[in-house]
This record gives sequence, structure tokens and C-alpha cells, in this order.
Amino acid sequence: MARAVVTLPAQARRGEIIEIKTLAAHPMETGFRRTQLGELIPRDIIRRFVCSYNGVEVFRVDLHPAVAANPLIAFTTVATESGTIAFQWIGDNGYSVTETASIRVE
Amino acid sequence: MSICTRPCLVLAVACVLLDLRAAGAAEIPPAERRSGYEFMGRETRAMQDDDATNPGLLWVLDGEALWKRKAGAADRACADCHGDARASMKGVAARYPAFDAALGRPVNLEQRINACRTGRQKAAPLAFESRDLLALTAYVARQSRGLPIDIAIDEPTRPFLQAGRETFYRRQGQLNLACAQCHDDHWGAKLAGSPITQAHPTGYPLYRLEWQGLGSLERRLRSCLVGMRAEPYAYGAPEFVDLELYLMWRARGMKIETPAVRP
Repeated sequence: MARAVVTLPAQARRGEIIEIKTLAAHPMETGFRRTQLGELIPRDIIRRFVCSYNGVEVFRVDLHPAVAANPLIAFTTVATESGTIAFQWIGDNGYSVTETASIRVE
Repeated sequence: MSICTRPCLVLAVACVLLDLRAAGAAEIPPAERRSGYEFMGRETRAMQDDDATNPGLLWVLDGEALWKRKAGAADRACADCHGDARASMKGVAARYPAFDAALGRPVNLEQRINACRTGRQKAAPLAFESRDLLALTAYVARQSRGLPIDIAIDEPTRPFLQAGRETFYRRQGQLNLACAQCHDDHWGAKLAGSPITQAHPTGYPLYRLEWQGLGSLERRLRSCLVGMRAEPYAYGAPEFVDLELYLMWRARGMKIETPAVRP
């Protein structure tokens, strides 16, 4: 099943600013809602998103209960060298998803 | 003589008005028809337009995986019969709800998928609004994106279209409202701060920000019915499918947007 979708340009010029868009499939249950019987629905959210460019962290987000389901995180970085960009989402209940994408820089 | 004429005239005028309404005179003229997309803000439109930001794509990708997965006692996948959905399912969603000869009535896309599951795959039907059924429906309907809605109305379908139209124009619920009072007479106005749209179901199943997820047209119709304080029909009920048929016919010629995004 689709856990996350990452979109970024396959190639870029050196020094170019590229936009990266990520979508993660996640309910982002706040922990404040109750069932019809009044029982608290336990919190289940993504807590952290990290993007690493050839092993170097370039972008990080801490997420909180007010963030909507299936969070869309879009950001920019500078295309410095060819290589791998890795994405990791970490959350409650052992949730952990990693995606990688490669980029060619000329 | 003159005493008799006036009530007769009033009655005649009333008859003409009733007749016009029955013939659909209150419907929105074709040139003024708009998709719900056109009532949205710039940001929500951008979210729908870009596959990288449209969360409905998460369901479409799930549907693609399910399309290829073998299921049921027959151990067959959708792809084993239908092949590549990009070719075989192109334009299919634009024709649904469609008349099913075996059942003798129209079925919607979800029911058609479940008919395949029980009949061909020998598998249990998927529950309405379950993630799997929404994913498969979204994947099939995605193949018709950009194509015009093409509801064929032939003799067997006509009475069901008429039944759907009557539901649309019938006042119901504790608020005694008909669908048409908002969607024909007051589209473009605001209801609780949100624009009233024209009831053209061009993008279902769609991602509603309010739902935080994908949902079917029937789910959307349920929220309207609950808002009118009417008792919603059950999922897959004949009344719902007839109404869906009428709404899709209303939007005939407009382009499929699945998976659309709505506020």
C-alpha cells in the first residue's frame, strides 16, 4: 500500500533551488477525539520528518496533533551534487516510513 | 361568467408551471453549468491540479496495487481479465451509474466493482466506504480524468433517471427542503460561509479536506440529507443510485476530475 509519495526533479543544475513535495498516508489522530461511547481515541501522529541529502540532514519538521491527516510537506533545497535524497517519517506506535529518490546534478 | 374565468385561469397557469418544473425547466442552463472546482479557492485548486500534492493520489496508488492483486476463490486479479486499466478502464467511470441487465436497474461504479468481486473473483464484496473499495473506485475513475461524462439514457434507464430527478425536486426532512432549492435556485450564494455549488458530481470519489480522507458521492449525499434533517438512505440503496444517475446526467459533457479535492 502506498505509504508516502515524493516528487522532486530528476535532474538539476548545480546551485539551482529545487522544490521537493512529500505526501505521507497517515490518519494523524489527535488523541483528543472520543468515540460515540465516550472512549478516548489514542493519539496516533507522525512526530518527525527528516530529509537527508547524501547523508546530510537538510530539512526537518516536528509535527503536532493539530496537523491534518495525510500531511503534505513541501520545501526547497539547493542542488549541490548528484546522489540520493532520503526521506523519513517517524511517529507513534512504531510508525516509520523511508523513501529515497535520486537526483542528477550537472 | 367573469366569476368563473379567474379561478380557471389561475388553475391553468398553475398547471403550466407544474408542467414546466416536471420537464426540468428549473435546471441550470448548459452554458451556466460549473464544476465544484470553480467555486474553490486558489490553494485548493492548486492542490487538486498537482499530482504531487493531491492526497487522492494515495488512494489511486493503493487501487493500482489492488488491481493487480489476486483475490477470492477464483484466485484472479482485476488485471487478469481487464489487463492494463489505463486502456481498458478509460472512459468507464464517465458512463456510470449504468444499467445492469441482470439486475434490471442501474448500478454505480462501486456496485459494479463488487459485482466483479463476487461474480468473477468469488471473493467477499468490499464494504461501502472501505479503504479498498474507495481505492479501486478511485483508480478506475482516475482513468477517465479529463473525459466528458457520458450517461446514456435509453428506454430501460429512463424511469430510474426520472425517479432520481423526482428525489432531487422533492422536499424532505424536518427542514422540508429539496436539493433543488439550494443547488438550482441558490448556487453561488453562501451556506454557513461556504459557497453553494451546482451539484455536478464530476470528481468522485474525492478527497474532502473536511473528511480528512477520500469519500464517495453517496457519503457526500448523506451529509446533505443529514443537513436537511432527513433520514439518509443506506449505502447502495436504489434511491441513492437513481439520484446519482440523475446527478451524473445533469453533469453530462462536463469533465471527470477524479480524484478531485474539495474543501
